[in-house]
Amino acid sequence: MTTMLHAGSVLAGIAEAGRTTTGEEVLFWILAPVMVLAALGLIFARRTVYAALSVILVMVSLAVLYVAQEAPFLGIVQVIVYTGAVMMLFLFVLMLVGVDVADTFADTLGAHRWVAALFGIGLGAVLISVVLRAADIAPQGLTAANEGGNPSGVARIIFGDYVITLQVVGILLITAAVGAIVLTHKERLVAKVGQRERADARIAAGEVLTPLPAPGVYARSNAMDVPALGPDGRPLEHSVSRVLRIRGQQRSVAEVHAHLDPGTGTGSTPPERTITGEEQVR
Amino acid sequence: MTGVLLAAEGAAASSGAADFSNDTWWIVLIKAVGIIVFLLLSVLMAIWFERKVVGRMQIRPGPNVHGPFGLFQAMADAMKLLFKEDIMVSTAHRLVYVVAPIISVFCSLLVFAVIPIGPAVTMFGVTTPLQLTDFPVAVLYILAAAALGVYGIVLGGWSSGTTYPLLGAVRSTAQVISYELGMGLSLVSVFILAGSMSTSEIVSSQTQIWWFLPLLPAFVLYIISMVGETNRLPFDLPEAEGELVSGYMTEYSSMKFAWFFLAEYINMLNVSAVATTLFLGGWRAPWPLSAIGDGVLNTGWWPALWFLVKLWALMFFFVWVRGTLVRFRYDQFMKFGWKVLIPVGLAWVVAVTAVQGVRQFVDVDLTTLLWVLAGIAAVATAATFLIPEKQPEPEPAPADEPFDAFAGGYPVPPLPGQTLPPSPRKARLRAQGEPTATLEAAPSIPTEEEPRG
Repeated sequence: MTTMLHAGSVLAGIAEAGRTTTGEEVLFWILAPVMVLAALGLIFARRTVYAALSVILVMVSLAVLYVAQEAPFLGIVQVIVYTGAVMMLFLFVLMLVGVDVADTFADTLGAHRWVAALFGIGLGAVLISVVLRAADIAPQGLTAANEGGNPSGVARIIFGDYVITLQVVGILLITAAVGAIVLTHKERLVAKVGQRERADARIAAGEVLTPLPAPGVYARSNAMDVPALGPDGRPLEHSVSRVLRIRGQQRSVAEVHAHLDPGTGTGSTPPERTITGEEQVR
Repeated sequence: MTGVLLAAEGAAASSGAADFSNDTWWIVLIKAVGIIVFLLLSVLMAIWFERKVVGRMQIRPGPNVHGPFGLFQAMADAMKLLFKEDIMVSTAHRLVYVVAPIISVFCSLLVFAVIPIGPAVTMFGVTTPLQLTDFPVAVLYILAAAALGVYGIVLGGWSSGTTYPLLGAVRSTAQVISYELGMGLSLVSVFILAGSMSTSEIVSSQTQIWWFLPLLPAFVLYIISMVGETNRLPFDLPEAEGELVSGYMTEYSSMKFAWFFLAEYINMLNVSAVATTLFLGGWRAPWPLSAIGDGVLNTGWWPALWFLVKLWALMFFFVWVRGTLVRFRYDQFMKFGWKVLIPVGLAWVVAVTAVQGVRQFVDVDLTTLLWVLAGIAAVATAATFLIPEKQPEPEPAPADEPFDAFAGGYPVPPLPGQTLPPSPRKARLRAQGEPTATLEAAPSIPTEEEPRG
């Protein structure tokens, strides 16, 4: 009963102070459906990346609404911090790890569901109570709220009225950051291998230091399965890819050398053996 | 110098922002269309400019066939891109693949809305500032637009569905996030001194001195991070053609590629315009010119000229850097961003804040404060002399050691005073009684299977 009463007074308060311009109304009715659709997209998207994109769309639309409500600082910071940094990191991980459709619906811990539901209900209760408590506040209007500039007003509230809360949140965030560093820290057991160490190892191993020669380039057979010729005219076997050599798909120089087709006299030499298993073999 | 700066700063907060109250809807429309036309023409110009300047730096003429001085070369390139085949990769996520370049271009077009190109001018009988709009957090808006623009790159790389674009996208994400921090920190000191985040107020705070002089460290930070932010050499790791073919753009062709290309060049213009506005006095005339006729060159349409001169000077700097430096290795690049740029930026912000705080809360004489700062700087400089230099490792005495032809694993020649050991081959040949010079056999072929490349 009291809840209904409260809600009624909130609406009345809004009706007294709220005078939306036509432009703002148009903006709202364009953005609101987009936001609702994107929010539904978050829940129902099959692909995790599309879900993340939906969240980004909601955030940007929300930022536009903030700016329209004469809270430019909040709107811009929303885009920089949440869209630009937090969601970017999410997307980064999703793209790299490649979370699949199959993973999305896998529920490994049954208790998660209940805990999540509990927290969801709790969050809902907090949000509703905040809205209801707003009934006791007399709306001042945006001009009074933004007196002395929007960023300065926000600064005055954060660093004046709520400075202790800010400090506490700051400590919490720093603790979390330090915790993340500690948890991901790895004791280095062996010496770090850098570019210099790798080069030293290569020299010490006595391998070929230069890049390996490219496979053969002939006028009639510009193919990677034919070895290159050394300066002395002998074939360099190691110029052919290791994979082809192991598979036995290498062609010798004699096979392509001075092989003139009597019929046409031109054209490249067809392979003796099948390479992919599909092409025709002579 | 600092005295002038502090005096200027006092005047800054009072002299206000640009006044947009006279703007009618068609004035706004003219300015918006004007900005887009300006940006597109500038991009055509920039492509020609870059190729021409890089050409001169590499002692070759650059484009010189189409039109006077090869001016229409960019036009020809654009037409070529438009008429190329538009390939849709079969592994692509179609919607995102098409939307990504559009996001890039859209976000890059946003920035110039808050750049003041000039003071109030009269346009068709209406007095209006030469700037589309301005608001108290305009510079943050620029950062937000840049942050959104990265999504174009990231989504483009991901939606192509192949490896190189994905790697390019991941690199660019890491790069832009890291360098945006450095960029933001370098801007903070300007906010503190100018007392505002609105672009027109920052320009009007630079009547006495341009911020790049008193805030030189911040300016250097900004210049470095702006190159990193636009993915240009030496920081063009997302599209490093030696390693990633073309990075996130690999699978794009025709018009979709052209969008990315356009966005990249508009972004260069954007960061140059921001540097001009925040550090180089915006549209203000440089010093000897600003004194002419009681500042007549700072009124009317003249300032647009100074703005363009500064903008293109920075564009030249971009090209110069590209023609001079080589690409960083990825780990060096990240190390530089996180271990050098951000700590320096933080320290600088703390220093500027401390000086401002002292001035605000302590009733200290300006001269005294400057002497104290000079004293601190002198002590710090003196302290650096006390740091012992890194001693080079003592050379081992080479004299009586026997010569090792493979010292440390490398084939090395003998040092002065050392003699080569007798050649085993010579001895062998002499034993066989053959002449010394013979043709070598075929170059030895390693029998081991080795990874190629």
